[in-house]
Amino acid sequence: MKQVRAFVQSLLGSIRDLAPIIIVIAFFQLVILRQPIPDLANILAGVALVMLGLTLFVQGLEMGLFPLGENMAYAFARKGSVVWLLVFAFLLGFGTTIAEPALIAVSAEAAEVAATGGVIGTTEEDKKNYANGLRLTVALSVGFAILMGVIRIIKGWPIHYLIIMGYMGVVVMTGFAPEWIVGIAYDSGGVTTSTITVPLVTALGVGLASSIKGRNPMVDGFGLIAFASLTPMIFVMLYGVITS
Amino acid sequence: MALLTEFLYQFFFNVLMTLKDVLPIIGIILGFQFFVIRKPIPNFGRVLVGFIYVILGLALFLQGLEQALFPLGRLMAEQLTNPSFIIPNLAEGEEYVVHWPDYFWVYIFAAAIGFSTTIAEPSLLAVAMKASEVSGGTVTLWGLRIAVAIGVAIGIALGTFRIVTGTPLHYYIIAGYIIVVIQTFYAPRSIIPLAYDSGGVTTSTVTVPLVAALGLGLAETVPGRSPLLDGFGLIAFASLFPMMTVMGYAQVGLAIAKYRGKLSESDD
Repeated sequence: MKQVRAFVQSLLGSIRDLAPIIIVIAFFQLVILRQPIPDLANILAGVALVMLGLTLFVQGLEMGLFPLGENMAYAFARKGSVVWLLVFAFLLGFGTTIAEPALIAVSAEAAEVAATGGVIGTTEEDKKNYANGLRLTVALSVGFAILMGVIRIIKGWPIHYLIIMGYMGVVVMTGFAPEWIVGIAYDSGGVTTSTITVPLVTALGVGLASSIKGRNPMVDGFGLIAFASLTPMIFVMLYGVITS
Repeated sequence: MALLTEFLYQFFFNVLMTLKDVLPIIGIILGFQFFVIRKPIPNFGRVLVGFIYVILGLALFLQGLEQALFPLGRLMAEQLTNPSFIIPNLAEGEEYVVHWPDYFWVYIFAAAIGFSTTIAEPSLLAVAMKASEVSGGTVTLWGLRIAVAIGVAIGIALGTFRIVTGTPLHYYIIAGYIIVVIQTFYAPRSIIPLAYDSGGVTTSTVTVPLVAALGLGLAETVPGRSPLLDGFGLIAFASLFPMMTVMGYAQVGLAIAKYRGKLSESDD
């Protein structure tokens, strides 16, 4: 009974989360574009699925992803092996990014742009190689980012110096990179962090910061995602410079 | 019946896609658990059930979005950017000059869709849950989400303005960086890492597909823009502005607390 009530409450929460999208779409469709909403039954069914999905996701987050990330952090902290922790951090960043569907889509688009611009050949083979190279570049850079972020948590460095240095890297690279890759590079920062990676990496960071003495989970625990969205920009522009 | 088979087929496909996303993570975690940590995962059964919930939940979520919201959102992006909507009495095939105020409804739509999709973004919800737990109540679930959503709204509206006017992307981004850096020195220290993180988490499952459709639609229809060169960049805007609004949120919170403190002092 208690579980059913929790589920219903969580479902109501999902309805509230989704309400703004429904209002915006309905308003623009009916008032601005002045068109009927096509296939209303289908849309309502879809909205029900989204709500159910969001509810399940939140439940699973609390049961699975958060505890798992925290347990890994505690286990590494107890073991006291920094090297293994860093290897884990790198692999987590690399492994989750290389398979990321959004990244696969973006690198295919980038290969298309490069082929149109005459930077690479126009055969399928050339485009595929280029896209794969780009994906590998981004995945390596995210692995490196999580690794740096974990070192920062261990050392307790303030985050803004590293981020500002990263920004400078982005600005300098923008000056050198071919113009057509700049947009793709800037966007690649946002697409690397998927819905499953974010909770896991956040729990890892917060878990590490709470288990290392002298670290504050609020000040030191967050920030891993920030690194993971910054380094791909620099590395993708570097990739553009090297390949052209 | 055909509808049901199609639904199941689509759902199965979504589960597979989510699994593909999760498998490397599971592989890495299990590998480390067995070979490095060499201890069983605490509450293994519960964690496993949680993982299954996450996979099924995300698959259902994507399925619902694909079925209901994405087609309509894409259609609306197309209609709103269509020249016949922008300039109502345009003759067929007539050349027209772009005035950026003509795209008024596009900016409003961009802001509204940016705000509303961010509220529904599951990864932001995850970070907000952690942040409200860790901060002990100074950062609230809804406070953070609304602050980020306002940032995305401003970012995407400005991003569509940039596509319409065709100004270079990096000017905006570099100016944004300068503001973020200046703000960093004035914002409360504990909010900074969270603010930086909120840039990256905003743009995933819900926001990216709708926003990409809007950017591509604009770049295709605005004369003189190319979808290949100008269609990108909206995501970058959407990841930049939440940093400013989240730091702003903490600054406002601090100012209110100080003001209240002063009031209670003068009461004494």
